[in-house]
Amino acid sequence: MRRLLPALIALALLTGLSLLVGATNLFDSPLDRSMVLAVSRLPRTMAAILAGAGLALAGVVIQQTMRNRLVEPGLTGTPEAAMIGLLGVTLLAPGAALLTKMSVAALSALLGTAGFFALSTRVPRRDPMLLPLVGLIYGGILGAAALFIAWSTDLVQFVGIWQTGDFSGVLRGRYELLWLIAALAGLLWLFTDRLTILGLGEDRARALGLNVRQTVLAGLTIVAIAVAVVVVTVGAMPFVGLVVPNIVSRLWGDNLRDNLGLVAVMGGGFVLASDVIGRLVRWPYEIPAATIFAIGGAAIFLWLLNHPKAHAHG
Amino acid sequence: MIDIDHLTLERDGRVILDDISLRLPRGGITAIIGPNGAGKSTLLHCLAGLLAPRSGRVRVLGRDIHHIPARERARLLALLTQSPGTVPRLSVRDLVAFGRWPHHRGRPGPTDHALVAQALERFALTPLAARDVETLSGGQKQRAFVAMAYAQSTPWMLLDEPLSALDPKYIRDIMDRLRDLAPPRHGLTEAPAASRSVLLVLHDLQIAWRYADWFVCLKDGKLLAHGPRDTTVTADLLSALYDTPLRLERVSDSSVILPA
Repeated sequence: MRRLLPALIALALLTGLSLLVGATNLFDSPLDRSMVLAVSRLPRTMAAILAGAGLALAGVVIQQTMRNRLVEPGLTGTPEAAMIGLLGVTLLAPGAALLTKMSVAALSALLGTAGFFALSTRVPRRDPMLLPLVGLIYGGILGAAALFIAWSTDLVQFVGIWQTGDFSGVLRGRYELLWLIAALAGLLWLFTDRLTILGLGEDRARALGLNVRQTVLAGLTIVAIAVAVVVVTVGAMPFVGLVVPNIVSRLWGDNLRDNLGLVAVMGGGFVLASDVIGRLVRWPYEIPAATIFAIGGAAIFLWLLNHPKAHAHG
Repeated sequence: MIDIDHLTLERDGRVILDDISLRLPRGGITAIIGPNGAGKSTLLHCLAGLLAPRSGRVRVLGRDIHHIPARERARLLALLTQSPGTVPRLSVRDLVAFGRWPHHRGRPGPTDHALVAQALERFALTPLAARDVETLSGGQKQRAFVAMAYAQSTPWMLLDEPLSALDPKYIRDIMDRLRDLAPPRHGLTEAPAASRSVLLVLHDLQIAWRYADWFVCLKDGKLLAHGPRDTTVTADLLSALYDTPLRLERVSDSSVILPA
């Protein structure tokens, strides 16, 4: 709580900034101010926060279930599998409702992630770098399959949209699915101890009476749904699930009972900040938030790797 | 009472445990000894219900371990697995507190907090409670994991090589504390209810001789001998167990095991 409060205040300030910044000057514009806010700015701000929080939480979950700090949803084939599902439903049932499309994408993402999990049990554990590399290749194969399907069915432009997380297209009525992430975060709250215990190692977790298989399946399902929702509504955002949980873990440790809220708030805050920066650097044009995050996140991550700060417990 | 009845376990077509039958009474320290690859860890994991045997069974207090629900099992047997490897970034207090998880499943009460405090105190970890497990020395780290198993408040504590890579000072420190928890048992009489039964895999024969009052000797997955120390462990047995001539020599009130 002690750490969550400042993070929440920072997020609130960022939210205020995000509502003020954009191609339309709120104080000198022919458009109706409240309409710009209600239809565009507020949905866009909420979308960035929810997507960021969802991806950061998905990152924690995948790191705990696979017991590797260097994996993240973008390195487990999850978004690529979601895209394959989306392509499938777009081709077979083009008129399907958004929720149906999302469900198919989530199911496909779950299959893809579970496939990677099965693969991961065969990857030697000695070198932690190996698993993310295998994930990179696995995601690459699934991504190539998605692109091939898209190319042969003339849907390549869709894949391009799904691949790059961007909030410029977010309008009221087109992002609400992202609120599912808030529900998932609530659900995850019930699993915090189980996830932390999973991080102790499979044998230890089982010796404590944890149903490991059930916990892993629940975790992977939450990851798949969160990633699918993000891919469907705003597009994939790599690195969020890697950078944010690692920053939190490095500074404040792995007890998720203390830190899960912080991961969500920081994930939301970092993505929102990326979106705001993306709106400002080439005003009135925009740079996708995913691009900004990739640059900023990588920089923070490198700095963090070189400045191992002892984390305090309290 | 743990009853092992014709236990056989295979992995990848190889027999790891071969028709093992033995009975472990409650109380005291039992050492599982034997050469590398004898199946010591596997036996411990089997007793904890984490590995399913091909045939035979393990009964704890008369109940088949594989028919006891995981949650209840974790309140009967605590298992400390071999050297931690990567440790999550947790404070010592948080780590020890997870030993209480099988009891509260996420909602710790006053009893849980009290028992965590007691476990920290018992293993001299109170001054280190806020420290990160990662930053502890090898000996302190191991003590923290033993304290976690202790906090599980189970009648049985199964420890898989809890002393590997520790300095003599730490070995003694941990073993003395375990001795306090599980005072020597006399013959087959049942130990007082409050005391624990400690079952551990040991490589150091000197330490095993000094602390354990019951021995289980495994070789190539087979049970070579088991029973109370003084009537079971002989120079001949040890020599056969380790395939190298060893002798036992009385030195004042203890014994040393030396190459023959």
